Parts: sequence; structure tokens; C-alpha cells
Amino acid sequence: MKELTYVRADDAASAVATVSADPHARFLGGGTNLVDHLKLGVATPSTLVDVSRLPLDTVEVLEGDRGGLRIGANVRNSDLAAHPVVRSTFPALSRSLLAGASGQIRNQATTGGNLLQRTRCVYFQDVTTPCNKREPGSGCSALEGYGRYNAILGTSADCVATHPSDMAVGLAALDADVVVLGPDGERRVPLADLHRLPGHHPEDDTTLAHGELITAVELRGSELTRHSTYYKARDRASYAFALVSVAGALELDGDVVRDVRIAWGGVAHKPWRATVAEQALRGEVYSEDAVRAAAAEELRAAETGDDNAFKVAMVRNATALVMHQLASKQQHPQQGGTR
Amino acid sequence: MDTSITLTVDGSEHTLDVDTRTTLLDALRERIGATAPKKGCDHGQCGSCTVLLEGRRHLTCLALAVAHDGDEIVTAAGLTGSAADPASRGEDALHPVQQAFLDHDGYQCGYCTPGQICSAVGVLDEAKQGHPSHVTDDLEVGGDVELTDEEIRERMSGNLCRCGAYVGILDAVRQAAGQTPGRGVDPARHTHDHETEGAR
Repeated sequence: MKELTYVRADDAASAVATVSADPHARFLGGGTNLVDHLKLGVATPSTLVDVSRLPLDTVEVLEGDRGGLRIGANVRNSDLAAHPVVRSTFPALSRSLLAGASGQIRNQATTGGNLLQRTRCVYFQDVTTPCNKREPGSGCSALEGYGRYNAILGTSADCVATHPSDMAVGLAALDADVVVLGPDGERRVPLADLHRLPGHHPEDDTTLAHGELITAVELRGSELTRHSTYYKARDRASYAFALVSVAGALELDGDVVRDVRIAWGGVAHKPWRATVAEQALRGEVYSEDAVRAAAAEELRAAETGDDNAFKVAMVRNATALVMHQLASKQQHPQQGGTR
Repeated sequence: MDTSITLTVDGSEHTLDVDTRTTLLDALRERIGATAPKKGCDHGQCGSCTVLLEGRRHLTCLALAVAHDGDEIVTAAGLTGSAADPASRGEDALHPVQQAFLDHDGYQCGYCTPGQICSAVGVLDEAKQGHPSHVTDDLEVGGDVELTDEEIRERMSGNLCRCGAYVGILDAVRQAAGQTPGRGVDPARHTHDHETEGAR
């Protein structure tokens, strides 16, 4: 591990100033991903500015009867998943958090850090192999190598990595906003615009500038968000990254789809909002066939290799499963459970 | 770069100079001599380094010691004594979770055991606080969580056991949770009398 200077931030503004002024400085949150990268040599910062003790650790219920939330960036994943308003009004967020990592890691990991965790592509984490994300211009080992976890949508010739967060997929389906503090003040970024596709610059995971700090995530509740959930397919029953995952929200008016949200994990460099599928379903009569057809339309652009071709059918089936759960709960409200 | 930090470990305060790169696990084991937490994978995948940090289960391999200046840590060794009385820690009385692991053979080689025990203590506390899990069917039912076998397996999934002592671990956590041990060993007799299972 490279020598490094450690600074415990006094307040958010000074943390932003310190990191903005030094291209080799990084924010440290819960550390579950960054400390691993320090050991692996994937991250080599000269300075760590520890923001994990800043008082951004509360979940505020916002004004209005819909139960909006402002979630501080330091709220731990376990506390957020257990929050009563998250459980009742944004179940897809609770479900996505609980599908991720382990109990210990969820106690440690922060909301902001979860969004900014980096791909678990094996080549990105192995400094002995070429990787354009880790070392721009060095090549992509995953294109011809182990590809089971590779992306199928929005890939480029330079990178086929997937974003590993479950929570971010849940938040994408819930139309969350991310509150960001920079040297020139605060701005809001829709979650769907926080992460980017790889293009020719896979080294940039997000649209944030160096030194910008996530301070909060905001959510607005609705009938749609109340009828939301998350499904994750993985290689073992617990404590594994997604092969594919689906966050969905569905509001029916009789048999007609009044509104719908679909976000996919494990398929792209960012949480993938399936807007084509949503558009195809909105205003139509709900049926499993209609959901499958809509998902297939979204997946028309998919590009696969031998190792990850299964993801096309898997994400289509998972989408049908999630929508079926949400639809039957509205059509037969006596049956409990959203798992 | 060296920094002076203070950690309270199993009730004793330690002030030490650490390189900023030192993990909390290495500070505990190599500097303070608290060797209950073990180094398994050292990448957050096995759970053998789990302790209770500020009262919650937490990995120590993915944490920098310097980031935990001032924190209180309880390792599996520090649970001994009355759980309700921190002053008696280190005395002979075993914590109910420690006793349950003994009663149900919740280990073979024992390397993962201190992490399993700290994690189990965390699981019981989280269940008491009503925290849901991935297998909780209805998120809106608050209050005390019933720790079914499915819930225990899911909540303990961050702790791997290379020997595969999971059946005993499950029984131990079930006993510590106050659920009826469905199989395994009657703790009162402290024997391995599986033949009498059906009679109870």
C-alpha cells in the first residue's frame, strides 16, 4: 500500500475544498470498497479525507403527505433498509439494500459510498492484467476473458464492466435525486444521470467532478413507489453480486398500467432504466406477455458473448416475475409479502 | 505517516501510534495483542475478523485503524462475563452465545468462531430492534423478528466456515435466540445424545 495522509474532515465544505485542491486526494466513507482497493493497489491516493463522521447520518421525513425522504450520505445501509418510511413507502429501496453484501458490511457501508462503489470485474481488481477502467489505454481483458458478469447493454469496445450496487438500482426505479456539494455550492443530479456509460472513458464511473461530495439522496413518495420491489438473481442464495437484478414499481388502474418503473442491475455500466419497456407498458392492459414483450423490446440492443448470453433471458424472466408480484398484490391485496 | 490513536478494546483503553495504512484488524492483532478476531481472506468476504464496534457487528479488515480513533471494540474474547455488566467482562462466565456454540458444536477448527460469535451477537440485537432481512416476507411488520432457520442462515451469511460446521452454528444461534433447538444437543446435559431427540 502506498503511503498516505489521513485527514478527518471537520465539515463538508472543508472536505470538498481539500479534495478539490488535490488530484490525488480521495474521500473515505465506510471504506468497505476503498480500503480493499488500497490493499489491492487499485486505488493509490496520497491523501484520504475521512467524511464518515460528518453529521450527514439522519433520514429526514420531508413535508407533505406522500412521505418524501432526505437521506444523509452517511446513513448506513442497514439503518436505511430498516427505516419505517423506507419499508412502507419505498420497499424497492429496502429490498435492494437487503439483497446486497452482508450484515456486517451493511452496518459499515454508507449511502454515498454505496453509490460510488466500483465494479467487481475481476480484471479491474487484478493489477497484473490490462484494464481500461483502472489504467486508461491498457486494454480490456474481460472482452476475451471471463465474461459471466459482463454487461450486455450500453457497452463499448473499451469496457464491458457492470455497476455492482443493488441500492442504486432500487433508487433508479424510484426516481431518486442525488444532492452533491462542490466548490461552487450544491446541485441536484437525477440518479439516472449520476452514473455514465463507459464509451471511451471507462475510468469515469460517474458524472461527478473530482472533489464533488454526495451529501444526500432525496426521494418523493407516491402510490407508485409504495408498489415497488426488487429481485436479484445470483450464483448463491446470499452474499453474492447480482447476475441480473430488477427493481420495479407498478400502479394499476383496474387492469390497465397507470404507471410503471423498471430498472435493471448487472446488465450495464450503470443502473439501467428500462425506459423503452416502461413506455411500451404505460397505458396498456397488464399481462405477463405484455411485460415480456416490453422487456424484449428494451433488450433488442443487447450485445452478448458466450459467457453472458444467459442474461438476456434471465433479466426478461426476472422482470416478468417482479411485475407479476406487484400486479397480483394490487389485484389480490389480501396476500401479503413482497419478497 | 504515523498518527496517535486511542481504542478501547474489551474494556481496556490502548493509546498507540499507527501508520495511517494499518487496518483495524492489524492494529488489534499485531499491536494490541487482541487475537480473537482472525485474518481470513482480508478482503471482507469471510467475516472471520468480525467484532462489535460501537455495539454493532463490523468487519475490521476493511477498516483503517486511524479512522476508528476513539471507538469502542468488543471482540469475541471480551464477551465473557455478564453481557449486562461490562465491568465483569473477562470473568469466567460465558456469554450465552459462546455457551451455545459450545453446546451445539458450532465449530470444528475454530478459526472462524470468534467472528461467527460476534456476528451472532449482532444478529440477535438487530432482530430485537426489528431490522428486516432479505428473507423477511413482510417489510411492514415491525417489532421483534422471529429468527427462523431461514432468517438465521441469511443473517449469518457474511461468515464463512471452511469446515462446514453450519448445522451446529445454526443450532447455536437458534438456542441463543431463545428459539427451541429443533435438533442438536440439549445444552443442560452437555452430551451428544442425538438418540433422544425424538422424545423431546
